[in-house]
Amino acid sequence: MNLDTLIEKFKQKDEKAFEKLYHMYSESMQGVIFNIVRDIDIAEEVMQDVFIKAWHNADSYSSEKGRFFTWILNIARHAAIDKTRSKAFKKSKQNLNANFFVDILETKDNLDRSTDAIGIKAFVKKLGEQCKAVLELLYFKGYTQVEASETLNMPLGTIKTRNRNCIQELRNMVLK
Amino acid sequence: MDIKAYIESGILELYVAGALSEKENKEVYNLMLQYPEILQEVLDIEAAVIKLTASVSPVKNNEKTLQAIKSHLDLKDKNVKVVKMPRYNWVTYTGWAASVLLTIGLFWTLKQNNKLESEIQIANTQQQLLETQIANSKNSLEEANTLISVLRDNNITKVPLTGQGNFSNTYANVYWDKESNRIFLDAQGLPEPPEGKVYQVWSLTLNPLTPTSLGTIDNFISDNNKIFEIENSNNSEAFGITLEPAGGSETPTMEFLYTLGVVNLG
Repeated sequence: MNLDTLIEKFKQKDEKAFEKLYHMYSESMQGVIFNIVRDIDIAEEVMQDVFIKAWHNADSYSSEKGRFFTWILNIARHAAIDKTRSKAFKKSKQNLNANFFVDILETKDNLDRSTDAIGIKAFVKKLGEQCKAVLELLYFKGYTQVEASETLNMPLGTIKTRNRNCIQELRNMVLK
Repeated sequence: MDIKAYIESGILELYVAGALSEKENKEVYNLMLQYPEILQEVLDIEAAVIKLTASVSPVKNNEKTLQAIKSHLDLKDKNVKVVKMPRYNWVTYTGWAASVLLTIGLFWTLKQNNKLESEIQIANTQQQLLETQIANSKNSLEEANTLISVLRDNNITKVPLTGQGNFSNTYANVYWDKESNRIFLDAQGLPEPPEGKVYQVWSLTLNPLTPTSLGTIDNFISDNNKIFEIENSNNSEAFGITLEPAGGSETPTMEFLYTLGVVNLG
């Protein structure tokens, strides 16, 4: 079944389609959420909220507006960031802003679980600080091009090309 | 349009990141439909980003969360049901047990109700019987009171009737209330008349001997106290009782004269 058909079925509240999409994207969403909240249990909770929200708002997705992955990625990033803004969360967790996704990869011991992870770890090792920051802000945090440019004090064009190069490198590692 | 330059610009990476404006998104979408190379490039970028983000995930193949989500969305799933079963069963069995107990209880109550209703009916019947008995007793009491008042009356003449001939072991008493022209016959000392026969009461004058019928006692057997009130306006000098065929006779059958007594006028 191709992705468009799958998404169409999901929009019609097809349970099987929902499961397939979950299997395609849940791990990725879990990574994004965990990188923001840095707590397995809270990440779990946010994950549930994200897919429940996706199910209820399936109608609002349209392929013209963007990729389905991007749509659910947006839901996940917003839900996770909302969580970090809650009072209870703020009390228990401090100073998360300094952490990048690369920290998780660098400190994780069990990264040899898959060749992808090994590739990514190697890729991360080679990354320059600016590249890490760009990937972090654009994919993990959901910054717009302009926001990223302002945050990193970098011209828009530079963000674009740097990001392009970083992704190219990643593709070489994991897709070939 | 220079497809290669467009791809190299890095806009597609931003597209996957969701970092473009709505207008730019639509533009990319249209180009994807138009140029397969652009679509393929987007798919590759997306695949790489999915792997990058997934590599950070602390959990792989999170089935537990999927089940939790499905259970929350109330989607049918065997696994979810298995998890729910114990609670479901407990509630169900309790519910069934409760309903069975309730049914038994209802039947029991119904049975009790029927039983009580029949008991009430029995009690009602008994009450009616008792009321009848009370009414009868009242009547008897009134009769007894009447008799007592008669016996105590000075104007009453008592005439003992003694057994005659073959019936010497029988007796009776007449209480004559002359003012009211009536007698009370106490026939306790007479046996029950045989089938087809009745006692007939006679008023007699002695000179010459003339019997006058005061009537037959048709309810002798059914009467309890064997005291009979009889009209008598005659100038009686004696009273006699004979056994006669049912319906009575014109003249007394002397062979069956049971008792006889003379009025003591002294």
